Amino acid sequence: MPEVNKPMTDSTRDLFPGALEMMILESLRRQPSHGYALVQHIQQRSKNLLQVEEGSLYPALQRLLKSKLVKAEWGVSSTNRRIRTYQITAAGLRHLEQQVSSFERMFEGIALVLNPGKATTN
Amino acid sequence: MNWIASIFHRGKLYNDLSEEIRLHIDERAEQLIGEGMSREEAGRRARLAFGNRAVQEERSREVWQWPTLESIVADVRLALRQLRRSPGFTMAAILTLALAIGANAVVFSVLNAFLLRPLHVPHVETLYALHHGYDLTANQSYPSYVDLRDRNRSFDGLVAYDVSAAVLDTGNNPSSVWTEDVSGNYFDALGLQPYLGRFFHAGDEHGPNSAPYIVLTYDYWHTHFQDDRGVVGRVVQVNKHPFTILGVAPAEFNGTLLFFNPECFVPLVEDPFLGGGDLNARGNDFIFETLGHLKPGVTPAQAEAELNSIGASIQKTYPKDVGKMTFALKRPNLYGDFLGRPVRAFIAGLMLLTGLILLAACANLGSLFAARAADRSREVALRLALGSSRKRILRGLFTEAIMISLAGGGIGLLGSVVLLRALSAWQPLPGFPIHLAVNPDAKVYVVAVLLALASGLLFGAVPVRQVLRTNPYEVVKAGTGSAAGKRMNARDVLLVVQIAICAVLVTSSLVAVRGLVRSLHAHFGFDVAHIMLAETDLGMAGYSGDRAPLMQKQMVEAVKALPGVESVGLADSLPLAVNGGSSSQIFTDATTDLRPSNAMTNAIAYDISPEYFHAAGTTLLSGRNLTEHDDKNSPRVAVVNLEFARKIFGSPASALGGYFKMKNGTRIQVVGIAENGKYASLTEDPQPATFFPILQAPNTSTILVVREQPGLDTEAFQIGATIRNALHRVDSGLQVTVETRDKPMESTLFGPRIATIALGVLGVMGAMLSITGIFGMAANSVSKRLKELGIRVALGAQRKEILQAALGRAFKLLAIGSAAGLVLGLLATKVLAFIVYQATPRDPLVLAGVVLAMAALGLLATWIPAQRALSVNPLVLLREE
Repeated sequence: MPEVNKPMTDSTRDLFPGALEMMILESLRRQPSHGYALVQHIQQRSKNLLQVEEGSLYPALQRLLKSKLVKAEWGVSSTNRRIRTYQITAAGLRHLEQQVSSFERMFEGIALVLNPGKATTN
Repeated sequence: MNWIASIFHRGKLYNDLSEEIRLHIDERAEQLIGEGMSREEAGRRARLAFGNRAVQEERSREVWQWPTLESIVADVRLALRQLRRSPGFTMAAILTLALAIGANAVVFSVLNAFLLRPLHVPHVETLYALHHGYDLTANQSYPSYVDLRDRNRSFDGLVAYDVSAAVLDTGNNPSSVWTEDVSGNYFDALGLQPYLGRFFHAGDEHGPNSAPYIVLTYDYWHTHFQDDRGVVGRVVQVNKHPFTILGVAPAEFNGTLLFFNPECFVPLVEDPFLGGGDLNARGNDFIFETLGHLKPGVTPAQAEAELNSIGASIQKTYPKDVGKMTFALKRPNLYGDFLGRPVRAFIAGLMLLTGLILLAACANLGSLFAARAADRSREVALRLALGSSRKRILRGLFTEAIMISLAGGGIGLLGSVVLLRALSAWQPLPGFPIHLAVNPDAKVYVVAVLLALASGLLFGAVPVRQVLRTNPYEVVKAGTGSAAGKRMNARDVLLVVQIAICAVLVTSSLVAVRGLVRSLHAHFGFDVAHIMLAETDLGMAGYSGDRAPLMQKQMVEAVKALPGVESVGLADSLPLAVNGGSSSQIFTDATTDLRPSNAMTNAIAYDISPEYFHAAGTTLLSGRNLTEHDDKNSPRVAVVNLEFARKIFGSPASALGGYFKMKNGTRIQVVGIAENGKYASLTEDPQPATFFPILQAPNTSTILVVREQPGLDTEAFQIGATIRNALHRVDSGLQVTVETRDKPMESTLFGPRIATIALGVLGVMGAMLSITGIFGMAANSVSKRLKELGIRVALGAQRKEILQAALGRAFKLLAIGSAAGLVLGLLATKVLAFIVYQATPRDPLVLAGVVLAMAALGLLATWIPAQRALSVNPLVLLREE
């Protein structure tokens, strides 16, 4: 898809294509949530190492919606806020699995090249 | 989600998105407020953290937009860049296609105008004309028309019309007009409403000359009355009789005969004033056509059956006057099959030929594209090696093909519009209100664009196999110098086919041109050179009865007295002219029951003065000429032609002195035999003709045949002016047309001429196409083998050998294609002989012409590649690798 090949914005420059989608899917796999909560979750989990601009989440969410990897529903939160909750679909789960495994292989390869001495994976 | 649904859902998607983003920023701000920040500061920070909201929202929306559209734009831009990089190829391809599409658009417009466009009459689908069941015409007598109109139950009113020329005078400017003389119910039965004023109705007629009314066509009103709405009620003079203008017909309505646009409509009952037919004579079939709307639920077959039974009863009641009376319902547009059949045949032929042009163009483009694909095989291989999909590469190639077809189609269409405008403004027959309204409409545009796209996809498909089979590894390794196969490949076949098509077109156009040239110089039974004609109708000038012959005599004497005039003949009509002679039934002397079915033959009859034969150049074979003494007081005599003598009497010898009878019982003695000639058309078989002394059958229609003295080479227009002046000295009110003898023949030459022009144009197009085709092939083969040629030159090859190596193949293909095309062309021209007089393919000049033309085309097309091959510099070439 051409969009995937588009250069990322400045703030997401450090992420490779598809990384944000992968993290969103992983977060949603654990728990359905709305946009704001997703940002919070990703920032917390990454210990603020990943500087994700909050807005950049939305194009990624729309792409996932379009490819039917997630579905969305309007509802009301426990704090009585109007929210749009995203939920991962079966296709989304499969996609996540593939992405994660191919990512792991790539990561392994990169690590091998960068660090020939301590070639281990965790 | 499919894309159609996504268009409709997009609004909701976007609203959801905006709402969601707004809520997100609110939530962040509220949390910051909860952490003790001021409302203002919290809002600012929340927005900062979110980033550029507009950009993110835009990007989110893009997700839902068409990726295809975007990549199509990219494809188009890439294709344009590629095409710009090879301007020669692009120009050749676009021009080739423009020619083909232009030709097809023109021919389709003509087809559209002639065969597809209906007449501007309401409910035209039920409008039928009553044509004869036994020949291609539709003439009726007025009494028979009235019987048919009143006795049939199939039609919603039956109308009749005749066409005639008249002089219209609105004050002091008499001018010739064409009128449609129509029955009183004409406009009402056709269902027309006037643009201005009113029409005349059936109730306005009360016998001959009872309705002196005139309705103008919109065009005539527009050009001659400057849209003056006050014309209604004005009295004008038609043939010196007062007529009242009732109204103006609707703008699009130009009568019921396609392309024949009369200037006004007058009631048929006025015909005695207008010099038309006799309303009371059952045997005077002067009505040109009768037509009407079928009643709902009546089929043409039912109507025909009813008309035939009415016809049978009319025939039974008036056996003396009425011959066979059967009917066939036809469309009036092109006068049934009379014009319709030849026009359809001609247009079908043209469509076939332009189809061939398009095919040749496609073949040409296919080989151009294949050559280009071969040249780019390295690029394609590289792209494949770099991970581009074959689909993507093919899409690029097809995009290029479509760009070229659109550009070529657009240019071709533009050219055809210019040509069609000119054709629409053209008046092919001077003096006749013929307008070929062939302006293109939406249908033409759609067809042209579809044709362009279809051919684009067709030739775009040629290199597909090449791309699909490309093995990137092999190509990159082997370099560009891939071995040229010895076998004929698809491109060679395409080229041969294309050259053959071109040769067919060149052959048939040469045959047609030769035929036309010959038919212009053939002997028609009269001379064409050094003859001037002066034509007038004395009836329109107010002469009638005994005054007409006296006036004619004065006119002849006035012209004869002019210097340079050798002799002056007089005739009421001429062979090979419009209205060239009326046809009469001829009976043998022994026949007593002169009913039409007993007629021996039909002969064309001319009324002439004794001097006519000399002036016209018609040879008298035996017997005597007519004399001044063959007048009303002497027995009726005639000179007949050879064919007449043969048909009625068996031989010229038995014809001399013999008698024959006319329909009214008059016995006429044959006193002389003249040579045969062409009377109605150039392609006709010998027809019987008779020449009567004009003094025995006075007529107001007057044509002076003026023969110039031999060796006197004055300009035609000078003699013309002198003749006109001389006649005006006799009567200044005469409307005289002076022209050379070939002018009135234009109409008979119209068909052959159009056929020749069309074939000539198509032949030139075919020639141009094959030039580009051969050029493309030769240029490609030279550039492919440049290295090899360089080595040959380095090794001491002669110029001749280089040329043979570089272009031998192109010439071989040219020879094969030309031979095939010549044979096919000669077969095809047999068909041509029906349109063009003396079109024979067995003509050494044509054969030599085709061979020479094709050889010249070959030389022309290979000139530049040959120069390139000869100027190969081996050092430069070898250094480059």
